[in-house]
Amino acid sequence: MNIPGDLKYAKTDEWVKVDGNVATIGITDYAQSQLSDIVYFEFKVDPGESVKKGGTAATVESVKAASDIIFPVSGKVVELNDAVADEFEGINSKPYETWFLKVELSNPADVDALMDAAEYEKYCEERGH
Amino acid sequence: MFIPHTDSEREEMLKEIGIGSLDELFTAVPKEFRFPKLNLPPALTEMEVLAELTELSSVNESTRELMCFLGAGAYNHYIPAAVDAIIQRGEFLTAYTPYQPEVSQGTLQAIFEYQSLIALLTGMEVSNASHYDGATAAAEAAVLAYHHFRGKRSRIVLSPAVNPQYRAVLRTYMSGYAGLEIVGDEAANSPFTTIEELAKLVDVNTSLVVVQYPDFFGRIQDLTAFAQKVHEAGALLTVVINPTALALLKTPGEFGADIVVGEGQPLGIPMSFGGPYLGLFATKKELVRKIAGRLVGETEDANGQRGYVLTLTAREQHIRREKATSNICTNQGLMALASAVYLSLLGKHGLRQVAELCYHKAHYAAEKIGQIAGFEVHTDGPFFHEFVVKTPAPVADINLHLLDHGILGGYDLGKDYPGLENHMLIAVTEMNTREEIDTLCEVLQEYNHG
Repeated sequence: MNIPGDLKYAKTDEWVKVDGNVATIGITDYAQSQLSDIVYFEFKVDPGESVKKGGTAATVESVKAASDIIFPVSGKVVELNDAVADEFEGINSKPYETWFLKVELSNPADVDALMDAAEYEKYCEERGH
Repeated sequence: MFIPHTDSEREEMLKEIGIGSLDELFTAVPKEFRFPKLNLPPALTEMEVLAELTELSSVNESTRELMCFLGAGAYNHYIPAAVDAIIQRGEFLTAYTPYQPEVSQGTLQAIFEYQSLIALLTGMEVSNASHYDGATAAAEAAVLAYHHFRGKRSRIVLSPAVNPQYRAVLRTYMSGYAGLEIVGDEAANSPFTTIEELAKLVDVNTSLVVVQYPDFFGRIQDLTAFAQKVHEAGALLTVVINPTALALLKTPGEFGADIVVGEGQPLGIPMSFGGPYLGLFATKKELVRKIAGRLVGETEDANGQRGYVLTLTAREQHIRREKATSNICTNQGLMALASAVYLSLLGKHGLRQVAELCYHKAHYAAEKIGQIAGFEVHTDGPFFHEFVVKTPAPVADINLHLLDHGILGGYDLGKDYPGLENHMLIAVTEMNTREEIDTLCEVLQEYNHG
């Protein structure tokens, strides 16, 4: 399983890449493998919207189930990757290149509460496959 | 009655959970609610029951004997005998929900054909496998629009000229959605509010606008400019249609409707006291992931042969569970089949012929009724096969008089529209002969003089 070292991870299986004050968010390789083939992707927020950590960012639907993508940080949505809604296959094949949205952090300390790669790997192992 | 467990199995189960009898399972239910004492007369024999029911039913009058001028959402059309013969085949009649494509190809193909026909008739890109009836289909359009805008647009604009029952069902469906306002059809507004006036209510907070075409009063309006205004505000437009009329009129797809719903009953389904009917629901491809109910798609099996499967059940609960936005997965399979058979038998030209007969006969009737002193026909534009007549007396009184002469009169609009007391909605179809229309006029004339 692929867990890049330069990213942060949430317990709800989102990855976060922090660049200055902006967090880019997607879902992990573990998450996509658990969901299996993704057949639909839908944003639940609009650009410019203020969002809270724990809120719903999007819904992904696979042949097995529908899951919410949870905001791992609070802030303001600055960009949506609209291409995902049309090419959701990328979530399965390239989970770390297929980002969903960018959030301008309102509370940078949110990032500190996330796991690093080693912690996330352990967290995935604990849950088994 | 089929009881799947034997007595000994039951005893075993009761023992397992540690109670002595089945009754003990129900002690939480107050005694008076457990099994009410039914105050029934002694049982009759089958022969006696049949005699009693036959006597009761002989009081009924049906459109087989009566001349029918009643419409208002359900219409008296001719149904070719082949429709019933085909839907009564055991393979269709007893088929259960076609989840398993390997045993349901016939049912699935029939639904696929139905969807294709409805998409063609409405000028839309996709039709689902149907809903219960026109009213529930209209309500599903409102649910779709609400979720399309993620609940952020809180207004629905409803034309007062949409079937009153559809508006009532839509309100019931949407009553659990907090902060939603439904405007446009308040009693204070004129029932004949123009679409220009209705357009003024459409703002950037509007998710959906619902109009009817031809409207509840039978009127046909060009909705092209209206559709444009709705879209300028970013809202979705739902058009409630009569499928027969679409054989004659420009399709809603052509003037930019986002969702088309309607009652499929005119397509080969008897009026049968209100059901079972058929809810038509068609939309654009871009909204296909948001439709309720089911959709049958064409695909290829492992051997490359054509086959059909249920697909894109995006809003249903078996994949989305608690995230589902609709719990509707039922469709009117048998009624959808009936309408597909009806449309196939009539063909494009046959359906147009039916629509033309309705149109011309209705116009003949309107002209003749308009000549009767005391009766005034509302003619503020083109109409299809229904029109409003102002009557010189309460509609109920006139209808009683008509019934004495074997005529089922028109719909009493005063029941739904305060201010439209003494207004009758008259429907004419291909089933009404010229003699019937002339008889109706004679009896109305006689009423006014009597």
